[in-house]
Amino acid sequence: MANRPFGFETRAIHAGATPDPATGARSTPIYQTTAYVFDDVDHAASLFNLQTYGYIYSRLTNPTVAVLEERIANLEGGRGAICVASGHAAQLLAFFTFMEPGASFLASNRLYGGSLTQFGRTFAKFGWSAGFVDMRDPDNFRRALTPETRAIFVESVANPGGEIADLEAIARIADEAGILFIVDNTMASPYLCRPIEWGAHMVVHSTTKFLGGHGNSMGGAVVDSGRFDWSKSPKYATLTEPEPAYHGLRFHETFGDLAMTVHGHAVGLRDLGPTMAPLNAFLTITGIETLPLRMERHVANAQAVAKFLAGHEAVSWVSHAGLPGSPFQALAAKYLPKGVGPVFTFGLRGGYEAGVRLVERVELFSHLANVGDTRSLIIHPASTTHRQLTEEQQTAAGAGPEVVRLSVGLETAADLIEDLRQALAAG
Amino acid sequence: MNHDSYDDAYLRGILRSVHTIAMVGASPHWNRPSYFVMKYLQTKGFRVIPVNPTAAGETILGERCYARLADIPDPVDMVDVFRASVHAPEIVEDAIRIGAKIVWMQIGVRSDEAAARAEAAGLKVVMDRCPKIEYSRLVGELGWSGVNTGVISARRRRAI
Repeated sequence: MANRPFGFETRAIHAGATPDPATGARSTPIYQTTAYVFDDVDHAASLFNLQTYGYIYSRLTNPTVAVLEERIANLEGGRGAICVASGHAAQLLAFFTFMEPGASFLASNRLYGGSLTQFGRTFAKFGWSAGFVDMRDPDNFRRALTPETRAIFVESVANPGGEIADLEAIARIADEAGILFIVDNTMASPYLCRPIEWGAHMVVHSTTKFLGGHGNSMGGAVVDSGRFDWSKSPKYATLTEPEPAYHGLRFHETFGDLAMTVHGHAVGLRDLGPTMAPLNAFLTITGIETLPLRMERHVANAQAVAKFLAGHEAVSWVSHAGLPGSPFQALAAKYLPKGVGPVFTFGLRGGYEAGVRLVERVELFSHLANVGDTRSLIIHPASTTHRQLTEEQQTAAGAGPEVVRLSVGLETAADLIEDLRQALAAG
Repeated sequence: MNHDSYDDAYLRGILRSVHTIAMVGASPHWNRPSYFVMKYLQTKGFRVIPVNPTAAGETILGERCYARLADIPDPVDMVDVFRASVHAPEIVEDAIRIGAKIVWMQIGVRSDEAAARAEAAGLKVVMDRCPKIEYSRLVGELGWSGVNTGVISARRRRAI
């Protein structure tokens, strides 16, 4: 029989997780081990030479983490994935693969504040330079290209502002320039948006958010599409030139479309070391099994809450692409047909002070710096996540002084609306 | 048949039926892709006979290397092509002549003309694939490295 294409819900439960071959255990076992015995010296040599498959040391690979990697790769439509300790580690590992001192990349200026800081300040210490571009006009990327540019980076749905990137248009610009297009798909999750289908070469995630979904495990993932031709340009020598640490092996020639996935483990995790803990992988695997159900409810609740806020007198604007009149409605319909995510911002007429007051008065929304939890979350970015940025940067990132961000959870929508009503009404 | 994609059952059937593989273009150097594939297939119980005129008479991974397919004294089930696509037609002719049942061309190697010729002679053909990757994908080992195998099953994994 022909290979049957399985549906998203089936793959969210089964991809990567056939029953444990050793025991038949149906749930994925937590392989809480640091190392693995070799059959003999020749087996060990084959493993260290990357000639065969197997586990050596959990800094590189672990059977529980591998199940999560395959599952995320499958749901995103990628060739493979590397799971790491956090979303920031995912970005570090992705860029580490092909950046070097003097190289540069372009990033949307509509990014999670922590990413703006990581790219703009910390990456600069490695000699990697990031140029920030207003992604609302994709041609801004084309105009900012230089001979040193090696990648374009955007968030599919920007955190916190909810702006939606025109993935297909940006992918075309990257292809014409022969450079990588990397998309952070954390806010949408692969249930709502799959950037590789629109031409992204790589997808990164903070699995801490909707994939895990329960606010209980840190994690990150780099998904490689396997579609980027590393050998076409001398810019990507890491994967095309002989690797001295593996006796002159060339990753792209040897592993073909698996080159990035193999390199991410064999060099990236080996040398940078941000391993995902097996327990976190297990919790995230379990979380993903209900991703489709959770995202449906997240989307519905967020739509109801956004509609309530849009009609409230204390609120000056709501940036939710599902509302009538949103400038991102067309892009949302194209890239997120099942609904935009439950993370969005709104502005308070009362400015910075009103934002501080609101987060201190809610009873059901948790005031904390995270998104993508079963619980509803609230934060005032200007006083927390984005406080290290200048007011100009805050505004550019969609996190000006009057802005409040919500991550709408899975509680009863009427309870969430009532909580916001009382907190906005008070004094 | 269509060579743009292969059913898992087709690939499984081939890998289950094969015992002896002649690898045309096998390298004696340990860090070359063909060496990786040969070594892996040996650990899975296949006998792999290297074919490479520049290494003829040498021993690669315990097997004597031959200059041409026709020089191999033992029966060969499958010919694995580790050469550029332009060489595929002549290798297929040799494969037919020595009685091989399958011609398998590595990733990046494709010749629809050679495939049609092999199929007309009753051979099965796989192109632009690696037997190491396909074997490991179908038994689940490829997923150990975080690769999307595309295999969805609630059955306990077994040998190929």
